[in-house]
Amino acid sequence: MPLKLIVLAKQVPDTHNVTADAMKADGTVNRGALPAIFNPEDLNALEMALEIKDQTDATVTVMTMGPPRAANILREAMYMGADAGILITDRHFAGADTLATSYTLALGIKKVGDVSLILCGRQAIDGDTAQIGPQVAEKLGINQLTYVEEFVNVEKKSITLKRTLGQVSETVKTALPLLITVTSSANHPRTFGAKRLMKYKKARTAIEAEQEVRRSSTTGEYGMEILLDEIEQKKKSLKSKGLFFETWSADDVGADHEQIGLPGSPTKVKKVQSVVFAASELKKIEPNPEGIREMFIELIEDRTFG
Amino acid sequence: MGNYFKDTPDIRFNLERVGLKTLADLMENDYSDAKIFDFAPETAEEAVENYLDICALAGELCAGPIAERARQIDREGNSVSDGKVTYHKLIQDNLRDFQRAQLMGISLPRAYGGLNMPQVVKIAVLEMVSRADASLMNLVGLQDIGETINEFGTNDQKHQFITGLASGDTTGAMILTEPDSGSDLQSVRLAAIPPQPGEDPNVWRLNGVKRFITNGNGDTLLVLARSEEGTRDGRGLSMFVCSKDETIYIRRLENKLGIHGSPTCDMTFNNTPAYLVGQRKRGLIKYVMSLMNGARMGVSAQAIGIAEAAYKDAKEYAEKRIQFGKPIIKFPAVYDMLTDMRIKIEAGRLLLYEAGRIVDMFKIRTARMEEAKEKGDAPDLEMKKQIRIQERLASVLTPLSKYYNSEMSNEVTYKGIQVMGGSGFMKDYNMERYYRDARITNIYEGTSQLQVIGALGGIMSGVMDKIFQDFVEYEFPRRLNPIVRVAKAMVPLLYEAIAFVKEKKDSEYTDYVAKRIVDICLDIYQSVLFLECAEINERKEHIAVVWVREANLRVSFNHKFILEDRHEVIDLHKEILD
Repeated sequence: MPLKLIVLAKQVPDTHNVTADAMKADGTVNRGALPAIFNPEDLNALEMALEIKDQTDATVTVMTMGPPRAANILREAMYMGADAGILITDRHFAGADTLATSYTLALGIKKVGDVSLILCGRQAIDGDTAQIGPQVAEKLGINQLTYVEEFVNVEKKSITLKRTLGQVSETVKTALPLLITVTSSANHPRTFGAKRLMKYKKARTAIEAEQEVRRSSTTGEYGMEILLDEIEQKKKSLKSKGLFFETWSADDVGADHEQIGLPGSPTKVKKVQSVVFAASELKKIEPNPEGIREMFIELIEDRTFG
Repeated sequence: MGNYFKDTPDIRFNLERVGLKTLADLMENDYSDAKIFDFAPETAEEAVENYLDICALAGELCAGPIAERARQIDREGNSVSDGKVTYHKLIQDNLRDFQRAQLMGISLPRAYGGLNMPQVVKIAVLEMVSRADASLMNLVGLQDIGETINEFGTNDQKHQFITGLASGDTTGAMILTEPDSGSDLQSVRLAAIPPQPGEDPNVWRLNGVKRFITNGNGDTLLVLARSEEGTRDGRGLSMFVCSKDETIYIRRLENKLGIHGSPTCDMTFNNTPAYLVGQRKRGLIKYVMSLMNGARMGVSAQAIGIAEAAYKDAKEYAEKRIQFGKPIIKFPAVYDMLTDMRIKIEAGRLLLYEAGRIVDMFKIRTARMEEAKEKGDAPDLEMKKQIRIQERLASVLTPLSKYYNSEMSNEVTYKGIQVMGGSGFMKDYNMERYYRDARITNIYEGTSQLQVIGALGGIMSGVMDKIFQDFVEYEFPRRLNPIVRVAKAMVPLLYEAIAFVKEKKDSEYTDYVAKRIVDICLDIYQSVLFLECAEINERKEHIAVVWVREANLRVSFNHKFILEDRHEVIDLHKEILD
């Protein structure tokens, strides 16, 4: 039996390339103004999964929970070398915090079944909580290793990994199944493959497939049955070509509606503070070695570094 | 993240200018590959989208890790011991990345693992590779040898060799040069011994020395060798293919001025088993010419990529560097250099992509003709005529492009250092690497002097006539009149110069002024291309204004020089060379 790997991925606003209109007046993120990207450390997790796949006969499935447009990161994962993608989407998920999200993802993983290794990025660049990985492991009742930097080897029922803990690192051999969180220093995510790109840009979720059929369908309102049939045909055709992303709703994964979305999220935002830098706080750093050295000393002293 | 395709819109402009849809229709025939290969396009629109997607993919890869690794590779190079070459660790990473990106068989057929894309797409990719790391172009560009095997090899050879090249599992080399045979390949001596009785009737044995071989340590080697014992000229040479094995010994790697990432091998063949490619005695005359023409397109792309890198760095520097209280780009002496660099790069790109288009048309149509012939269809005479025209045009535009672009790249990188002043001279910046890397482009795959001779015959015999005649007769929009008039007036000067030289019937004089005739032709042809663009693109119109006026001065000078019948260097050089 080949090892079954799942990579948990999130589509996030690109907070690394922030523009002036990235924040709304109330201090919350203006998602519309930022391009939606594959969460960077989730790419490191995917790369590690693909490295394991390169060396073994493992299969890699990428799972994401999010709005329908999150299908874009599933396609990107396919361009890189993933075997399948699953989108978990439902408007009842809206407003989910990490607890509700990890509950949902754990249900999704159970639905896949027989998963040996779950790989997550250390944290997402929008929330920066680093909670999803550990919470999913707890919900599934399996071991977890955080801050993994290197895959060493895998045997039938165990895996050896190196994790980094700041100044030191430790190599751990542990039993499968296991959940790990991967850091950005672990690897350089691979490029897309040209053939994979040309093939999988046609991959669709159930929602996208349905939208496309509806858009191009010429059947009128009396043709509902024909339309539904066309949608089924389209999905079937996509599946036969390996171009279909399983698309699961809250009910598909058997979620308790009290534990998902806003009702399932105990996190309450108490206050959002909008920090506006005044001109007096600007500091000019001379573009020469002395200037840079002074800046570093200052950053080390205020513990930004080190 | 950076992307060399997106930050240089001129590449896309040129791809679109050459008519990707037409090329797609030709490449894909009836789009029947889509039934066999899940990544093959079903429509022309999809094919074109794929071409652009692949360029964007390569653009990101090149702007990212490839560019990042270039400086260290340049400093540390490759190593050789016990007759075997080890690539620098970062070159191994580069090759792995290109393999994963599935970009090692861009123009090879899908049946052997390629992407079946036109030459112009490959050119765009090679240009971007070269902008990041010129030396990597030599390794990535050697997918060309797969094309030669595909064109002339047997089915067995295709299966055995192309698949590995296209997947990137193997790399290749074209092995032509010897210590005593550089520009003059007719004198190649490496011996090919015919199959002996009692042995495999397909296996020849190669013995001898080759030198200056790019990636001679590659896995799949195309070797030019003397199959006809006792002969001395090009008609005794055949082309062979073999795999790397213990009979091949790399004696040393050359210590070079530039392209340090590309291993240049001095190597011996010691009874190496090899297979004949195509027909005996056609090695140099037919196959090497085909191989070389592909490689010349690659070197043209390499030259443009290096020049683009130099221009980008120089411009950024000139905008930031403050002297006398303002950025130096504000001084006429500096913006003049930068403008000149930009225009010359774009002139070169127009020429290369147009040459690529012609090569594509010619190659694809030839392949279609062959298919029809195999099916037993009656030959399409009109098509045959078209192919002949395009073949002749390609045989002029390929050397023109290699000549112009490699010289241009040297000039642009020279000015790049000049713009940056002392900083450009320092190893702290990439500019000095561009300058060193550019220097090989007008030497290998045929020096500029050989390209001039290669193009001259076609120009003198009228290959460009139809293009120039159409140009003179074409009515451009009225707003372009001032420069159109200047450009059209250059055409008769070319023909006057050609007539003068023909009239003289003096081969030494013809060789002596060959470069000037070719330069006049280039100046006119690139004016034609710029004016075509000026019709639809305002920025190109601005460039056309500058280009045509300068070209006119150069053409006048060269024309005058030729017609003055200047013999002083021919007559006096022996006295002067002390």
